[in-house]
Formats: sequence, C-alpha cells, structure tokens
Amino acid sequence: MEKNHTPEVPEARTQPDHCLTRRAMLKGGAVVLASSLFPFSIEIFNAGPGDEALAAPGTGASTGRGEEKILWNSCNVNCGSRCALRLRVRDGKIVQVETDNTGDDAYGRQQLRACPRGRSMRQRVYAKERIPYPMRRVGKRGEGKFERITWERAFTEIGARLSDTIFKYSNESVYLNYGTGALGSTMGKSWPPAATPVARLMNLLGGYLNMYADYSTCQITIGMPYLYGGSWVDSNSLSDMANSELAVFFGNNPSETRMSGCKAATLQHARFTRNTRTIIIDPRYTDTMVSVGDEWIPIRPGTDTALCAALAHVMITENLVDHPFIDKYTIGYDEDSLPAGTPAGSSYKSYILGKGPDKQAKTPAWAAAITGIPAPRIEKLAREIAGAKPCFICQGWGPQRTTNGENLSRAVGMLAVLTGNVGISGGNTGARENGGYSLPMVDFPTLENPVKTSLSCFNWYQAIDDYTSMTAETAGIQGRDRLIAPIKFIWNYAGNCLTNQHGGINQMHPVLGDESKCETIVVVDTTLTPSARYADYLLPGCTNLEEPDWTTNGDSNIAYVIFDNKAIEPYGESKGIYDICAGVAKAMGIEQEFTEGRTEYQWLEHLYEQSRKNIPELPPTLEAAFKRGVFKKYFPENHIAYKAFRDNPEASPLDTPSGKIEIYSPRLAELAETWKLAPGQKITPLPEWIDSPEGATSPLRKTYPLQLIGHHYKQRTHSTYGNCSWLQEVAPQELWINTLDAAARGIQLGDKVKVFNDRGVSLVRAKVTPRIMPGVVSLPEGAWHTPNTQGEDTNGCVNVLTLLLPTALAKGNPHHSNLVEVTKA
Amino acid sequence: MIKNPTFYFNSDLCTGCKTCMIACIDKHNLPVGVMWRRVLEYSGGDWMPLEQGFAHNIFAYYVSLSCNHCENAVCTTACPTQAMHKDGYGIVSVDAKRCVGCRYCEWNCPYGAPQFDEEKKKMTKCDFCKDNLEQGQPPACVAACPCRALDFGEYDDIVTQYGLHESIAPLPRPEFTRPRLICAPNRHSRPQGSTAGMRGALISNPEEV
Repeated sequence: MEKNHTPEVPEARTQPDHCLTRRAMLKGGAVVLASSLFPFSIEIFNAGPGDEALAAPGTGASTGRGEEKILWNSCNVNCGSRCALRLRVRDGKIVQVETDNTGDDAYGRQQLRACPRGRSMRQRVYAKERIPYPMRRVGKRGEGKFERITWERAFTEIGARLSDTIFKYSNESVYLNYGTGALGSTMGKSWPPAATPVARLMNLLGGYLNMYADYSTCQITIGMPYLYGGSWVDSNSLSDMANSELAVFFGNNPSETRMSGCKAATLQHARFTRNTRTIIIDPRYTDTMVSVGDEWIPIRPGTDTALCAALAHVMITENLVDHPFIDKYTIGYDEDSLPAGTPAGSSYKSYILGKGPDKQAKTPAWAAAITGIPAPRIEKLAREIAGAKPCFICQGWGPQRTTNGENLSRAVGMLAVLTGNVGISGGNTGARENGGYSLPMVDFPTLENPVKTSLSCFNWYQAIDDYTSMTAETAGIQGRDRLIAPIKFIWNYAGNCLTNQHGGINQMHPVLGDESKCETIVVVDTTLTPSARYADYLLPGCTNLEEPDWTTNGDSNIAYVIFDNKAIEPYGESKGIYDICAGVAKAMGIEQEFTEGRTEYQWLEHLYEQSRKNIPELPPTLEAAFKRGVFKKYFPENHIAYKAFRDNPEASPLDTPSGKIEIYSPRLAELAETWKLAPGQKITPLPEWIDSPEGATSPLRKTYPLQLIGHHYKQRTHSTYGNCSWLQEVAPQELWINTLDAAARGIQLGDKVKVFNDRGVSLVRAKVTPRIMPGVVSLPEGAWHTPNTQGEDTNGCVNVLTLLLPTALAKGNPHHSNLVEVTKA
Repeated sequence: MIKNPTFYFNSDLCTGCKTCMIACIDKHNLPVGVMWRRVLEYSGGDWMPLEQGFAHNIFAYYVSLSCNHCENAVCTTACPTQAMHKDGYGIVSVDAKRCVGCRYCEWNCPYGAPQFDEEKKKMTKCDFCKDNLEQGQPPACVAACPCRALDFGEYDDIVTQYGLHESIAPLPRPEFTRPRLICAPNRHSRPQGSTAGMRGALISNPEEV
C-alpha cells in the first residue's frame, strides 16, 4: 500500500501547528486569542488576571479515574440529518463520543448513526475558538478588538440600544439574521429565526423585519410553486424510489449533503430493495454516484434547464408525452390550453419546438453545445425517462442555487409532468425527495410578529445599504409595498452568514464595516467564527451538550426525538440563548412576559407535558425521556405527493389560480411585466433556458474560463466543524479540478493553486481528479475565510469568489454561478 | 472471544464518508498523522472531447482499510524485537515495551497498517478494539459506519455470511499475507492489479490517508 511521506504532504499530517494550536497569552492584562490558521486574532482588553484558564478549554482527555457516565445528546447542525450521540463523560469531561447502538437496526427503526462531523463533537465542544465571556467591541468594527464586560452590562447596553433603535427607526429596522448552527432542537434552535427565543423577545417589543426562504433553497422555494402551487413543492418519499423503474437525480447528492446513518439507510432501501437503476446528472462524480449510481451524466453547472428542454423536444417529437395526463391536469402545454388573452406562441410546446418568439428549436444538438452532454445521450435519456413507468425524477438543491435557478427548478419538474409521474407511487414531482415524517412535539411559543414586512434571506445587506430602493417590484419585498426603514440592528445567533456563508465576502466588508449604516450587531455563538469579527457585542452561547433540550427529525418511514442531556457544564461564562434573551428582557422590564415565570428547564417540562398529549407513547416524564435518550416511531406508508389531486383533480385542486399544474404561469407573466429587474435579468412564464452572465456560454469565459461551484463537503456542515483538526486531516480543503484542465495549467495533485476572479482570490490545494467535468472546478463551501495581509483568502473559502447580486425572482443567492481562472500559486 | 478476527467491507455501500476513521481516532485518542483506519479512493478513466461535449468512462469508489490481522502477518516476522506479534485472540498487536521504533513492520506491511507515533517513537496499530470485543461490543469503526458497509466476526463465519470475493484495486495481492479481510466489490470497481486509476495502481487520495 502506498504511503506518502514526501515533503509536499500537507502540514496537517506532520505539523501540529496546523491543527489550530491555542495560544492564549497574557499581555499586560490583555488576552490575545489566536492560532496559526485562525481567521483573525481577537485582542481582549481588560481581560483581568486569572482568565487565562478560561481562555484555554480542556482537551476532553480525562486523567482521572472517576465514574464514567453515558449520556445521550445529538448533533443538530444544518445538514438535514439529526443524529444521536452517546457521550462518555468522566470527571465532568467528555472523553469519547459514540452513536446510536439501540435495537436491531432494521429499516424503519434504523440506528441514528452520526457521520464524521457528529463524531468529532468533542473537538467542537473543546475547541480553542470557544468564546469565553461576553465582550464589547473597542476598535473599529471588523478590527477584532474587544473588551470583556459582564453579562449584566451586556444585557443593559443591548437593551438600551434596542430601545433606542426601535424609537428612532421603528421595529422594522431590527433584523434576525439567518443562522443554522443549532437546528432541530427546541429551546436552543437558531433556525428558523422566527422560532427562536430571540423572536419571542422581539415580538414582545413590537416585532422585527422578517425574512423568507433560505440560503439552501431560495430559487426552488420561490420558483417551483409557480408550477405546482402552494408555498413549497411536495415530493414523494425517497423510499418510494424502490417502486420506480428508473431514478434520475439532477444534482441530488444525499450521500454528501445528508450523510447520517438514518438517511443512508433510507437511500440504500430506496436503491437496493428492487435494484432501481439510478442515473446521476451532476458536474461531479459525487459520492452518491459512488454509492448508488449506475451511470454518471456529467453536465455543466446551471445548464439543467437546457437539458430538460431538449429532453422535452425528444419526448414531443417522438410522441412520448403522456397526453391524457397533460390534458387533464395542466394548463399551458400547447396553444389550446393557454389561458385566454395569452399571446400566440407562448405555450411550452411552441417554446420547445422553436415556434415561440425565440424561433429556436430546443433540439438535443442545441442542448449539447450548452450542457456538454452529447446529443445522442440526450436522445437516449429522453427515451429512458419516458419509457420507465414509473420514473423517480428529483433534483437536489445545488442546481437551483444558480442565477436562473427558479426556471431550472421548474424545468426539472416539467419532466415529471410530461411523463405523467406526478401523484403516483414510484413517480415524483421533480423536487427533492420528501423530508419525511415528524413527530408533533410542541415548540417553544415565540408569539406572533406584529410586523408583516419580509425580505429574502439573501438581500438583507441591501436593506443596510440602500433600503429606499427596495420595493415589492425591485426587491421582492413582501407584506408591504416597500421597506420603511433601514436595518440598524442585527441579531446574529448561531449563524455565519454575516460574511462567511453569504456571497461576495470582499464586497460585503464595506457594508458591514461601516458603523454608521447598521449601528448594532449582536453576535451570539459558541465559537469565534469569521462572522464574529463584525460583532459590536460578542456573547458566548453554550453548545447543545451544555444544556438540556430535545431534537426532532425524521425520514421516509421514521420519525424520532433525541433527548439532549446536559452532559457538561457550560464553557466559561457561556449561556443558552433562552437565558441570554431572558437577561435582555429583564433589563428592558419585560422579564415576566418573556419567561412567564419559567426557567428554561421548566419550559421544557411544560412543553414535554403538552407533547405527551400528542404522543402518548412518550416516556412518562421528561427525566425518564432524558434517560431513554431516543424515541423512534416507524411509519410504514410512503408519502405520495399530490396523490389526492391525481385521484380527483376537481375535488382536490392544486393551490394554483387554475387549480392545475401551470406549465405556463400567468402569475409569472404578470411579474415579468411589472417587476423592475437588474440589467440582463429576466422572469419568464415558461421555464425557459437563460444563461447566467457567469455561466457555461458566457463571453466572460474568455477571461475566466472555468465554471466554479462549491459542493457540500464531508469535512464540515456548511461552516460548522470547520475548525476541527481531525476532519481537516481526513478531509482536507481542496479544489476539485479535472485532469485535463490541470494538465493544461501544469497543476499536479496536491499543488497549491490560486483561484481568482474580479471579486477575490483564494489559495488552496488542488485535488486533480477525473471526477469533475472538464471546464468546471469546485471549491467546497464552508471553509473559514482566512485573509492574508494582501486580502487573499488562504483557506479555500469559496465566498470570496461568489456573486452578491440576488436572482431575478427569488432574490436568492446564485452561489454556483461563477467564472474563475486557476493558476499554480 | 473470536480466534481469527476478520473485517468485512462492502465497497458497494461505502460513500467514503470517513466516519470509521473519526470513530477510531476519537476512541483511541490518536494523534495527528496516526490513522489506524484509512479510506482509500480509487478513481480513474478518461475524458474524450467530442465535437459537442465529452465522452468518458470515469469510475470511482472507496475502500476502507485497517490492519487485516493477516494469517501470514509479515509485520511480525519483520520485527526484530518481537514487539509486533499475534496475541491470543489472533489480533496483531504491538508490545510497546519491546518496540524500538525501527519501522520495519511498516515497510513490510503491504496495507500501510502500522502507524508510527512520531512523538512516542513507537509503532501503533489497530487493536481490533479488543476492549470492546471483551465486552461483547463491536469495534468502534463497525459500530460507527453510517452506511453499514463494515462488519466483523470469526473468519469462517464471515465467509459463510458474505462469501469470498475476488480482490479489487487498489488492494495488493492477497496471497502475500492472506489478510483477514473480506471485501465485496463496488458496482464500479476494478479488479486487483488494475492500473486504470488516475495514478495507475495507486490510490487517488494520498494526502488523506
């Protein structure tokens, strides 16, 4: 077996410094928290004597021989899975992290086994970057200079600033930024912001500016319902793929995005029960391709819309369309089924056959030039999809995270419509597989927000910079015609979207760094993330291992609750978000209204008692539940999306204006007329192919020839766990680049390379691999922005290269529409 | 306790997630650079530019590998101090008191199983989680695998349950050491000895193992 000990082997293998060695130094009363690879050092003034111990969390290695306890908890980050952890605790320290080992692991009650992230929890809890105590900024914003303050002072000052902001600018100037660092839990959750204790606090104070959609799914969330109606397009259970003759995954990659043992068991059940042939259409040969795929069809990022149009062309010209289904359930397929008053040539069939305004037939040859898929393969794929009865067609959320991802999401949906696969077992809608069952555990009541104004989760930065330009027509503002106030106060709880996970990091800096624009930024987090550098108040939250809670999730045929025991004492002075918000409430004179006289644990007991009414099989007491650790329920029935509509469309119409599937969307036709879009942007009533200014066919490829995407990576869940050295060692950050593209640039496996465009530079090592399409590179998202003195990122952080411009319809993040060049560094 | 401890690995189910590696590191508190279990990537094939787009025959899959506690454990015969030995359970073990850190075992093992601890200057390796076995529990890696791609047991039982499989690339020829490893192939796997990988017969992710 080959062993590689050559000098170009990454430092991670040989130099302990790479693993974020803590250097907490006392410097005349000031503490500097920094490490060799840490994004920024923060200087803490007036830290006081004796605090060096606080600034050096334990390693988790216990030397004592105290009694060992095993306590249940969970990994509740934002991957779509939630996994059970069994913590071995000795002398108040976690010494080992195990996972669910209960039952016989049969499908439907499968063990909730954690992936490498959850198993690295010990490194996250005992990270050198934990925030030890409350701090207040003393330097310029973003400079990283803080002073230690007491909790009392933090509560008082934050309360005063909140009152002042609301008085001067209204409640609509307070924003709860997107954060998914704690997801699925009950009291500690950070997502959705409206379900957090921060929302309860703000609702008692008159409300706050809402957000809609999320960074994962903006374009599909907003775009795809124009086809099927409602606020979220439903889909069949993944387990139902076992009843399909063929499965086609457009950019769907559960083996890398949802790596848990629960979800893996479902995927294997879906794929292997009846050996369902599975085609993976993706720019990368993903781990989903490795583990369940039969054939990989590489495609250029963002061009799925063109592929779908060509597949439709073959289906139409070869008479493979399910006409009885189209006639009964849809509008806008052909000229006869267009709504009255629609211009001639506006139907889907006209568009596909080149009889619409663009006069371009969407032939396989046309699509081949755009997608990079040979025309004969497109023709064959169309016949395969149309011939498989039924066919499971789905899309992941990567393809829609592109400039025209709204149209892309509908275009994939159209394949399911054309082939009549909607509403039947073994079919699907073209959306991502259904999230699964859930148990009706009662949530913490956060009260109603009196403010109805809402903006997309991605364009909040515009509301800091220039809120007056943001209207329903220019910025998709909902609940009002326009914003009435700038964002002046940001709560940023357990989130890294102030900068790291947002787009255009270098372009965001002037917006965030200007203290006259957003006047107060409160960051509550366990860890000094790159976003924390912009805090005015930096408050230490505790991890879910340091407070009691419970976490829920489910999958195709299972739903469960994991009872999170308080396993260790909170690090330093850290507190849970409930206690933090209660502290601010007290300072503002509304403690009783906020707490209703309950501690966090009393709230849990109260909610548990209510939950038991919904789920009588739960253990009799919360204490018993914490001992039991995990409660699972088996749901044998697969979910079939829109089955009632399929069975009886008159009795159960879709939630669209016509009650039918709207292939041509009159609502979008109206928005296309009325909305004011950025130059070059377009909204179309049909799912038309429109390339991105930084897409496969862009003239800019002469300057920046490579399309850049940022796939989800096993080292991290987004940016969570990005500071853990074990994960950095087994899955180092690396740029995927094709063997041909690497050869043309003289790049070898493991070389340090420079990835750049007009927006930024990132330095990273190259993974030269045939597993990515020529002309495409991928820099896995979530690495912590680590600029050098020239402002170049040195840690492979993709968002120094991504675009800040929101998409046309959803105002979403086009994170996979980028052009770059790569050279040897 | 079993006498011929054997790992089973099903490459067809493995997503290369590396939970097995982390569970091992966590349980045994392994220092940076020491990996008793490693997940190898083997990928290759060619891209053929066409007039429009590309044709290709790309493949990729993973092999999770620890010490195979071989029947003919060449690491033990190479060891000049008898530190490397097979214990009463058939587990290939290092006696740290005898180990002089010469690394002969590492050079002789075709699987890269012995892992040198630079700080202690001693050889270390997979101990099959002997403490777990003594308590009737599976090794950490097996219990951890989210894809249920790993199993373990007595050699004859594993063969009965899963059958024998032809060896796949990039594993070395099994005749050398007769490993106690049953490895089922992936749909995309190439036979042992294949040089279709991007680095010939070598693994595609040397920096990760």
